[in-house]
Amino acid sequence: MTNMQTDLITPADAAATSPLIIAEQVYKSFGSNQVLAGIDFEVAAGEVAVVIGPSGSGKSTFLRCLNALETIDGGRIRVGGSDVGYTYRDNKFYEWNSRDYARFRLGIGMVFQRFNLFSNMNALENVACGPIKVKGVPRKEARERAQALLEMVGLGTHGHKFPNQLSGGQQQRVAIARSLAMEPSVMLFDEPTSGLDPELVDEVLEVMKTLALGGMTMVVVTHEIGFAREVGDSLTFVDGGVVVEKGDPRTVISNPQSPRTRQFLSKVL
Amino acid sequence: MTETPARVLQPDTSNIVRLKHPGRVIVGLLCALALGGFAYTLITNPHISWPDVMHYLVFPKILDGVLVTIWLSLISTVVGLSIGVILAVMKLSSNPLAQTLSNIYIWFFRGTPVLVQLIFWFNLAFLFPTLTLAIPFTAIGYQWDMNTLMTGFNAAMLGLALNLGAYAAETVRAGIQAVDVGQSEAASSIGMTPAQRLRVVVLPQAGRIILPPIGNEFISMLKTTSLVYVVAGHDLMTNASQIYKQNSKIMELLIVVSIWYMVMTVIATYFQNKLEKKFGNVNTPPSPRASWSRAMMQSAQAKRKLAVDTTLGSGGSL
Repeated sequence: MTNMQTDLITPADAAATSPLIIAEQVYKSFGSNQVLAGIDFEVAAGEVAVVIGPSGSGKSTFLRCLNALETIDGGRIRVGGSDVGYTYRDNKFYEWNSRDYARFRLGIGMVFQRFNLFSNMNALENVACGPIKVKGVPRKEARERAQALLEMVGLGTHGHKFPNQLSGGQQQRVAIARSLAMEPSVMLFDEPTSGLDPELVDEVLEVMKTLALGGMTMVVVTHEIGFAREVGDSLTFVDGGVVVEKGDPRTVISNPQSPRTRQFLSKVL
Repeated sequence: MTETPARVLQPDTSNIVRLKHPGRVIVGLLCALALGGFAYTLITNPHISWPDVMHYLVFPKILDGVLVTIWLSLISTVVGLSIGVILAVMKLSSNPLAQTLSNIYIWFFRGTPVLVQLIFWFNLAFLFPTLTLAIPFTAIGYQWDMNTLMTGFNAAMLGLALNLGAYAAETVRAGIQAVDVGQSEAASSIGMTPAQRLRVVVLPQAGRIILPPIGNEFISMLKTTSLVYVVAGHDLMTNASQIYKQNSKIMELLIVVSIWYMVMTVIATYFQNKLEKKFGNVNTPPSPRASWSRAMMQSAQAKRKLAVDTTLGSGGSL
């Protein structure tokens, strides 16, 4: 770990006063390929933070770091006041074991570009499985709630279908319901519409908008500038593993300050 | 006066001349001749007593042997597969000690002939005359005599299962690795521990992938059990050999044994195909349990609004 600062604020105070997600100077390399080169990023509770950037800019890797699906090489990520991947005590970072990771991820939902629905379960079981197996919710109760969630994403009559019987847009909506079933405090979206046929994008974005309007804290990596403009509270442009520009989505889109942001937006708009 | 024939293929195929395959006919006839001739010499061979074959086909000792062979194959495959799953998980774990132990096991049991292993287990009493299970520094424990413990059947089961475990480990490992890594990540993202991930998501999917090769292992195992006649495992081959050593009707009994092995293989193949149709194809879903999900739908209608409200209102602090 590099660039570490001594934190004098106790975690409890930090949770009360600081943003829900704080990333400071996050570094990450895959072999000799440096993907994240000192990212600073904050998300307040209830904020919809949209992250854009060219492919290979590190935005997806950064999102995966927030959920501890990737470990970081340097810097510090805190979610809800506690460090990700380590327990900070007496000026030392104690590595987490697999149970610590599992407990941490309970509070954070993640939606993947390739949906990743469990192919050995039907839609309803996909949604009910987490509460049953991880939280120990009684089977009947979990299934009723899963059914309600499927209805919320517009798939109430599709619970019996297996992932390969659903369209991409339907699978992604089931995936969102699966994450919501764990009642997360934050939802991370990793290019949720990039793997979809164009005519299926809107049905997924509609569900995401509903969530955003409902007050969910969301970090959304996407190419959908329209979504950012409509429901985003902040827009972050990432390139070369660093944050190039961050601001109000409407301002950044209409009047980008950095030439790199301007160049990128001119290509995707 | 006839109509001009249409210059298109007739739907009733009346104007199509099929391609002839004279080569197939000739080779087919030659094969039939050769096979027929061989069968004729076998059936009319004065040194084979067909009534004896019929007699021993349903001889009680042979039928007992058939049951033992089936039982032995089933137990060895189930135990071996369990060992294989454990070894595969060890090999794929991030724990270097587990990886090394798994590699050593696989290397050892694939590196020595199963026949040697069978004889080794049967004669374990030479090395360890007694087997003692006890809690150290206490008087609690139990002791067995190795010779009574290592019966032919037990030695056979142990040897075959331990051996199959080593081969199954590689099959299971390949199956686990064939499951998309995104499935594990999704399982992690909803808070599953590595063990839950494996049990709930990865192994059920790997199971469908490894079903055909494991079926193959079982069919192979049915025949491999014949090796246990060297340790008198009371299987089909053991019992047949005991009979022909007394009456010298070697050929008759070998034919009886072959017929039974073929029958068992046919039955096993039938069940393998059925299992594969049910679970094996990853692209067709397993039988959907539509009934309960429909029931859930109806009972959940009332609670729908409440659940939506709580879902959208859950964005608080962690």
